[in-house]
Formats: sequence, C-alpha cells, structure tokens
Amino acid sequence: MTAALSLQDVTCTFAGGYTAIAGASLDVAPGEFVSIVGPTGCGKSTFLNVAAGLLRPSDGQVLVFGDELDGLNPHAGYMFQTEALMPWKTARDNVAVGLEVRGTTRSVALARADAWLERVGLSDFGDRYPHQMSGGMRKRAALAQTLILDPKIVLMDEPFSALDVQTRQLMENELLELWSADRKSVVFITHDLEEAIALSDRVVLLSAGPRSRIIGEYKIDLPRPRDVAEIRMTGGFLDLHKAIWADLKGEVLKGYARTSRV
Amino acid sequence: MRAPAVSKPKREPKRLLDSRPQLLALQIFVLIAFFLLWHVLTATGLLNPFFFATPLGVLERTGKDLLTAAFYRHLGITLLETVLAFSIGTVAGIAIGFWFARAPLVSAVFDPYVKAANAVPRVVLAPIFALWLGLGIWSKVALGVSLTFFIVFFNVYQGVKEVSPVILANARMLGMNGRQLLRHVYLPSAMSWVFSSLHTAVGFALVGAVVGEYLGASAGLGYRIAQAEGVFDTVGVFSGMLVLTIFVIVIDACVSAVENKLLRWRPQTSTTVSTH
Ligand SMILES: Nc1ncnc2c1ncn2[C@@H]1O[C@H](COP(=O)(O)OP(=O)(O)OP(=O)(O)O)[C@@H](O)[C@H]1O
Ligand SMILES: [Mg+2]
Repeated sequence: MTAALSLQDVTCTFAGGYTAIAGASLDVAPGEFVSIVGPTGCGKSTFLNVAAGLLRPSDGQVLVFGDELDGLNPHAGYMFQTEALMPWKTARDNVAVGLEVRGTTRSVALARADAWLERVGLSDFGDRYPHQMSGGMRKRAALAQTLILDPKIVLMDEPFSALDVQTRQLMENELLELWSADRKSVVFITHDLEEAIALSDRVVLLSAGPRSRIIGEYKIDLPRPRDVAEIRMTGGFLDLHKAIWADLKGEVLKGYARTSRV
Repeated sequence: MRAPAVSKPKREPKRLLDSRPQLLALQIFVLIAFFLLWHVLTATGLLNPFFFATPLGVLERTGKDLLTAAFYRHLGITLLETVLAFSIGTVAGIAIGFWFARAPLVSAVFDPYVKAANAVPRVVLAPIFALWLGLGIWSKVALGVSLTFFIVFFNVYQGVKEVSPVILANARMLGMNGRQLLRHVYLPSAMSWVFSSLHTAVGFALVGAVVGEYLGASAGLGYRIAQAEGVFDTVGVFSGMLVLTIFVIVIDACVSAVENKLLRWRPQTSTTVSTH
C-alpha cells in the first residue's frame, strides 16, 4: 500500500547556513497515528512544515499518496504550534472559512461549523472573537477549523502543550475518538513522551539538532480504544516509556548542552 | 507641516476612571478652568486684550457668526474640501499601500522617492497647487491629499507587511488563493492600522484645506481667519480657531464611531462589569 505521506532523506538548511534536519525519512501509512518526539529546537516544526508543503526541503523529497509534492500539500490539515486563528473572525467564522473558500455556500458552511463547534464543546462560544476565548478554547476552535475540511492527513504541532493536565487529557481522548471514527493519517508532534505513547501507533524519535535525524522508531501495540489517563497505569505503557525514555533522555541532555553553550 | 511616520494601532488607554460621566466632568472642568484663567488674565490687564482677545468676546463673536448664512457657506466649503481631500487621500493611500506591500520590487524601487516626496514641506506646495489648480477648492483639496495620502499609505503598507506569518500559513493551508487571502487576511489586518491613521488623516485633511485657504482663497474658514488677521481682529482669529477645533472634534467622533463598528474583534483592555 502506498504511504499517505512519505518524507525521503529530507534535509533543511536555512538561509543562515543552519541545517536543522539532515537526511530524515518517515513513512506514514493511511490511517496511522504517528508521534514525533525530540528535544526542543531539534527541528520538529521544520519537519512538519516540510510535510505541509510550507517549506521546500533543501534536499530530499516528499510524496503524498505516491505523488511528489509541489507547493502546498492539498491533502493535509495543519494545526499550528502557535495561535493561528484569524483574530478578526469569530470562532464560527474561523471554523467555517476553510469550507467557504473551497466553494461551499456560506449558509451550509456555517451550519457545518456549528456542528463542529458542538463536537469540540464550543457550541455556546461561536460568536466569540479569539481574544475573548481562553487558550484551551482557542485550541479547540483551531482543531475544529482543521478537521472540518476532512483532510486525509492531519499534521498537529504540539496542539495541547499549552493546556492544563485535565483539559489536555479530555482533548486527547476527544482527538482519539474523532480519529477512530474515520481513520486519518496523523502526524502528531509533542515533547511529552507520555502523550506520544498514549495516543500513537508509532513513536518516532528525532535526535538533538543541528543536523537532526530520526534515531528511533517504536511500535506502540497497546490495545485500542484507549483512555489516555488509564493507559498510563498499565504495565505495557510503562515498559515502552522506560525503553523510549532511555534513548530520548540522552538527546534531551545533548540538546540542552548545545543550546546552553550558545 | 509634515506627515508623521507610522503610528502603531491605537490601544485603549488604561482605564483610570470607572465611569464616563466622571471623566467627561473632569474634561469639562479643564475647559472651564482654561477659559477662567484667560478671562482673569485679560480682565486684570496682565494680558493685553487687543493681542489676546477675551473669552467672552470670542464666544460672543462665535455665537453671532453662527446665526449668519455667510458663516455656513464658509464652513460648507471647508467641509467639502476636507471631505474630498480625506476621501481621495485615503482611497489612494489604501490602494497604493496594498500595491506596494504586495509587490516588493515596486516598493524597493520607489522607496527613496516616496520618502523624498513625504519630506517636502507641504506649505511650499501650496502656491504651486494654486498655480496649477486655481484659487478654487481643488488647490486646497490637493494640499490636503498630499498630507493624508502619506499617512494612510505608510500605515497600510505596514499593516499588510506585519500580518502574522502563522496566520498567513494557516490561511493558505485552509485553501485560500491570492484574492481570498487579500479579503480574509490582508485587508482586515491592515484595517486596524488604517483606522489608527484615519484620525490623524482627518486632522491633516483639514489642515491642508485651512492652510490652503489661508494662503489664497475667496472662501472657507482659513480665508476668514486670514481676513481677520489682516485687520488685526484678534477676536475674529480666535473665534475662527474655536470653530475649527469644534469642527475637528465632530469629524473625529464620526471616525471613532465607524471604527468601533468595524473593529469589534480588536482586543480592548479587558473590562468586567459588576453583576450586583
Ligand atoms: N527560518 C529559520 N531560519 C533559521 N533557523 C531556523 C528557522 N526556523 C527554525 N530555525 C532553527 O531550526 C531549528 C529547529 O526549529 P524548529 O522550530 O523546527 O524546532 P522544534 O523542534 O519545533 O522546537 P520546539 O519543540 O521548541 O517547538 C531551531 O534551532 C531553529 O532555531
Ligand atoms: Mg516546534
């Protein structure tokens, strides 16, 4: 089966001469949930930008369902690490705008936006502007904004890292539920290893930058459906965590040593 | 006379007082105190009323003027010139600001010339405009446009340039094409900058009109002030200034009203209302 998303030997050198990632390869199967973990600044967002087609790699290529990517990735929805809602649009309009610009009539788009707002628990907040919502509410709106377009590939860059633990677990469970309803390919970035294991089919480990590459892949064969809070207590989870953390720890320390030297 | 550089979008000032009436009362108090001081200084002869006029004289003259038809003809002409200068300058500023911001080569080539043009003191241009366009309203409109255009232009340019790259990337991932980006991202983002500049722009449109009239015209508020000055009628001059001030405040309030309607999304200083 062709991979939904395939990054092959991707290298990214920025204008200043800094090579963030070098020769990183990753295949994501249709319907697979893959998490990428790695120390801060190692190039996770860069990697995702390449997958989205927002950043052209200096070397290597990206295949989307077998076709070489040129320009933006038409099958991908992207939930950004930082605030990306349009502050001049209400939550409802923010969620609906993607459908509108793709040719759906406004009334239909708004009706579907309302349905999505309800799914992410924002049905009473459709008329709020982003600055009138809490950080967690904005993240939910961004999630609805991305998923309403029904992308075959969902790219998520630390979507829940700004949330408190309880809200975070709620949203993680919601995400798993939405994902299991119609399996999309998900590439999920996090620096929280527990989150990565609890959600994914596979966890991929990026080394500390510069010239970051993939140094480990771990199959997560925990049973589904999962509850992200409960699964953390199981023995299988703890074993996986111990094994991956042994590798990740070294990279985190390396990454920290490098950034603190600069 | 020179257009100021780019101004940051205005944020609501920190709320110092709970209620608007209280603030208004204090503002009026300052006004009254000013007039009282002026009155005392001129009545006691510390300031010569011939040079400084008296507040009562000015108010009386203004009141009398308000009852004459001629006054409204002058006011109407100044208003017309201001509105024309403001509209033309703003529309041109928005259009060209957008164009420059979206076409880096154009802006790079014209950059030094735009800056040079903005550095020309506009008073120098007034006689030239009068020569080209005659002593009617259009030479004043041109002067006003030469001021308002640059203010709006620089702010629109900045507003389009400063769009958050993440919001832009997100909008593109949502499927927007160039035209849709303009409508859903660039235009609304630039609007908050445009509006912060509109207040200044209105003021400068009026300055252009009045200075133009002052330097050579047969009608308008500036012309009236020039006439009064010509015969050392200080009361007339101050009365003209008072009318101009009121005029600016009214126009500015109109801009604020439109602004509040269109920029509802903009974060204000957070306020809560008491619920008991
Ligand atoms: N436009 C750019 N120009 C130069 N260097 C850049 C640019 N963008 C990112 N970098 C560098 O590339 C490296 C990787 O950045 P990236 O944003 O991908 O890290 P990250 O893994 O997402 O980090 P975090 O976990 O903190 O979000 C960093 O060292 C960063 O300084
Ligand atoms: Mg990142």
